[in-house]
Amino acid sequence: MAKKIAVETTLNGEETVFLCEPRQTLLEALRDNLGLIGSKEGCGNGNCGACNVILDGVLVNSCLVLAPEIEGRSVVTIEGIAEDGELHPLQQKFLEHASLQCGICTPGFIVSAKSLLDDNPDPSEHDVRLWLAGNLCRCTGYDKIVRAVLDVAESDA
Amino acid sequence: MQAIEFVAPTTVDEAISALAAGGGRARPLSGGTDLIAQLQEGRLALDTVVDLKRIPELMAISISGDGLTLGASASCHSINANQAIRDAFPALIDSTHLIGGTQIQGRASLGGNLCNSSPAADSIPNLIAHSVTCNIAGPNGRRPVAVEDFCTGPGRNVLEDGEFLVSLDFPTPPANFGAAYLRFIPRNEMDIAVVGAGASVVLSDDKSTIQSARVALGAVAPTPLYVEEAGDALAGQPVSEESLAKAAELAKAAARPISDMRGTIPQRKHLSAVLTQRALRIAIDRARGTKTVDELGRLNGHG
Repeated sequence: MAKKIAVETTLNGEETVFLCEPRQTLLEALRDNLGLIGSKEGCGNGNCGACNVILDGVLVNSCLVLAPEIEGRSVVTIEGIAEDGELHPLQQKFLEHASLQCGICTPGFIVSAKSLLDDNPDPSEHDVRLWLAGNLCRCTGYDKIVRAVLDVAESDA
Repeated sequence: MQAIEFVAPTTVDEAISALAAGGGRARPLSGGTDLIAQLQEGRLALDTVVDLKRIPELMAISISGDGLTLGASASCHSINANQAIRDAFPALIDSTHLIGGTQIQGRASLGGNLCNSSPAADSIPNLIAHSVTCNIAGPNGRRPVAVEDFCTGPGRNVLEDGEFLVSLDFPTPPANFGAAYLRFIPRNEMDIAVVGAGASVVLSDDKSTIQSARVALGAVAPTPLYVEEAGDALAGQPVSEESLAKAAELAKAAARPISDMRGTIPQRKHLSAVLTQRALRIAIDRARGTKTVDELGRLNGHG
């Protein structure tokens, strides 16, 4: 087995050091080494978006990042979306619009939507659907998710 | 995933050493959207992954009088966000906006797309239309390769053991230059091309004549296909539907696709002509300054 590597990173705003094997993906390190199990593994190959995190301000699939790659970088996961114990407006609107059923895809959708609104605070419905095209949901039919995201954008306007 | 070693060199020379030390069992890593998926699925067995993203030259995006030099590991996201590229090379954005979804574009690089050497890769016909030169580094030094000569088969290319792609050189577009990339997929996004077509033109000063053109197709041959004869047939011709239709027929004749789950041979042949003609029209509109990148985005379902 390859020697473990110590990785220093900023995780949800906090300086963090963790040990990982070089073969571990960021998703595996988050879940198995750091106990952050909000990010989900759906497909494990970049198709479903359930593991999405924001890496140095950019949306990525954490299943397609090797954990040692995040040395010195900044990662925001679903656990870093709520602030001061209050639900983020996206989380609140997902509840109000019933934008989830089984919930497996929800962390990925909320992280993706957060990244969209950071990039474009006033998206059209098309913008939302396109940005979220890499997130798969097999329960809702997407419409309630899109409405929740648009509601947050309109509420902030 | 099997056990691997991970190294992250900060210079090209260190990367060459790291790849040499790993022999055939070391591979470079850029965005990882192909490599890590292949490792996870056991389709690739490696001892060492060499992350190239700490090497400034691999991440650099620079535009000068000589053109655009694009680090091979620069992400599609960093290209999409670069206003200078959007202004000077708008057609490049046609590809970087439709490789995967948002989170894939956050990682995936054009160098990786090229080195993965899929016949259906969405950037390669576009790179051929732009007359890109590949800068390769390895144990025997550096060498340039024209992008149309880079791929040699599905998943195969000219890189020798220990070599890797450093950057892509785009020559400065001449006056009255325009380009475009279009693909056909049966949905709006997140799919692999049934056929893709890249095209570029240089028009005369009065913009009525095509001085030169380049056409390339994806997903219709074992490699992305440079259809030199289609561009040659357009040289000196008036800007007209008849000229474009002739080039489109040459592209269709050059296509030698297979039938698979994404499309049949007749469908792909047909699409080769249709997409070539449409891509040429957009390239001409852009050369005339009458089509913006955002308008084209809508044509590719991204508006």
